[in-house]
Amino acid sequence: MSLATLLVLADGRLPAGGHAHSGGLETAVSSGRVRTVADVGRFLCGRLFTAGLVAAAFAAAACARPDRWAELDDGLDARTPSPALRKASRAQGRALLRAARAMWPLPAAGREPHHPVALGVVAAAARLDPAAAAVAAAHGSVTGPASAAVRLLGLDPYAVHALLAGLAPDCDRIAADAAARIDDPVDALPAAGAPLLDIGAELHATWEVRLFAS
Amino acid sequence: MHPDDKRSDDKHPDDRHPDDRHPDDRHPDDHTHGPDEVPHTHPEPGIDPHPPLAEVPRALRIGIGGPVGSGKTALVAALCRALGGQLRLAVVTNDIYTTEDADFLLRNGVLPAERIRAVETGCCPHTAIRDDISANLDAVEDLEVALGPLDLVLVESGGDNLTATFSKGLIDRQIFVVDVAGGDKVPRKGGPGVTAADLLVINKTDLAPLVGADLSVMDRDARARRGDLPTVFLSLTEDRAATPVADWIRGLVAARIPA
Ligand SMILES: Nc1nc2c(ncn2[C@@H]2O[C@H](COP(=O)(O)OP(=O)(O)OP(=O)(O)O)[C@@H](O)[C@H]2O)c(=O)[nH]1
Ligand SMILES: [Mg+2]
Repeated sequence: MSLATLLVLADGRLPAGGHAHSGGLETAVSSGRVRTVADVGRFLCGRLFTAGLVAAAFAAAACARPDRWAELDDGLDARTPSPALRKASRAQGRALLRAARAMWPLPAAGREPHHPVALGVVAAAARLDPAAAAVAAAHGSVTGPASAAVRLLGLDPYAVHALLAGLAPDCDRIAADAAARIDDPVDALPAAGAPLLDIGAELHATWEVRLFAS
Repeated sequence: MHPDDKRSDDKHPDDRHPDDRHPDDRHPDDHTHGPDEVPHTHPEPGIDPHPPLAEVPRALRIGIGGPVGSGKTALVAALCRALGGQLRLAVVTNDIYTTEDADFLLRNGVLPAERIRAVETGCCPHTAIRDDISANLDAVEDLEVALGPLDLVLVESGGDNLTATFSKGLIDRQIFVVDVAGGDKVPRKGGPGVTAADLLVINKTDLAPLVGADLSVMDRDARARRGDLPTVFLSLTEDRAATPVADWIRGLVAARIPA
């Protein structure tokens, strides 16, 4: 497996639509729940162990068996109660497929699959293994909101990146767990939820003025 | 849940990832390589590397960029008035207030709602039109799916600074709109919008006497920066159909459509 290929896929500069999504941070900032670097750290931790954990498990499973994409996609729908978050996840899945199509030959995975499913399918096409797909998913679940925090709150970018470095071992652990469960039935895969992210996303979708798509 | 998607279970065996295929299904050209061979790759058998061909020539896409408040939306509205009756037209906006530009176009009755899409840019208007154009491409595609073939798509960028520029992956031609109220120094400052846009529009000439802007200085500097690329002076309050810009676009559209 090519580590450099994993870096290409996990690079924040990959033109796959991620820059327009705050992973729920914009709502958390506007409601005053996240103000400081320490707040951001807690937010990222919460996101990694809920949305990140689920994303890693589904990306790993899709990477192991891209032909299961539709079943996994339904499993993510069931784990995503907020219609706004479903839409955001599918928009990012579609954008990732668009970017990846220019880099690797892709098998069919629908027009706009959920992002973790797209990530797994793309990782397989790039000859990456399920643990790599999962680590990209877990890491990506926190880098998006971290960069949104720098832009929305004007926080010290070094301090925010230090948070990401601190979470790296957790990303690795989550990815290893995800890779160990690729043969689980979809219903047995992780289903950690973050109700505040769901509620926040629904509120966010109704705002007249917003900077991020989600 | 995905009525339109072709599920993988009813796929032809050749559509599967090559690694998933039974060895007997492998491409007949599979072969081994000697150790002294130059490294090379083969196209994946069973996967068409080419993007699907568009059934009809896609719409001409024109990006409209420029600093905050220079008159981009006013220009889009004028172009909709001037061209809406002749061309199948749609608009994508990248405004910071996601629906502000779209609402303006709706309020002014220049374009029906289904012909306008708004894109959120996550605090980075230049990223959405240059480095990561995916949301804009999705919006253009969705418009074409919903409305059928189009002749022209106008993409208005969020107001940005003089260094913003559109990616050629998103648009075919770009218009950069500056205004005289920003001072007659703007063309001299240059930046990719001023120097390289396919058309530079210097708007709000009606305000020139009020802000002490010398149009001849702007004209001279624009020529110096832009070489042979065209520049037009405009006052959208006086010319509500943006005549020189509409004519320029008509010429581009005519050049694409074989007579
Ligand atoms: N006097 C004068 N005002 C103009 C002209 N063109 C536009 N305006 C006004 O300038 C203001 C800004 O115009 P917009 O079209 O919203 O500018 P914009 O570039 O779309 O602005 P952003 O999208 O916010 O970056 C509005 O109040 C317009 O009515 C003009 O030619 N002359
Ligand atoms: Mg505008």
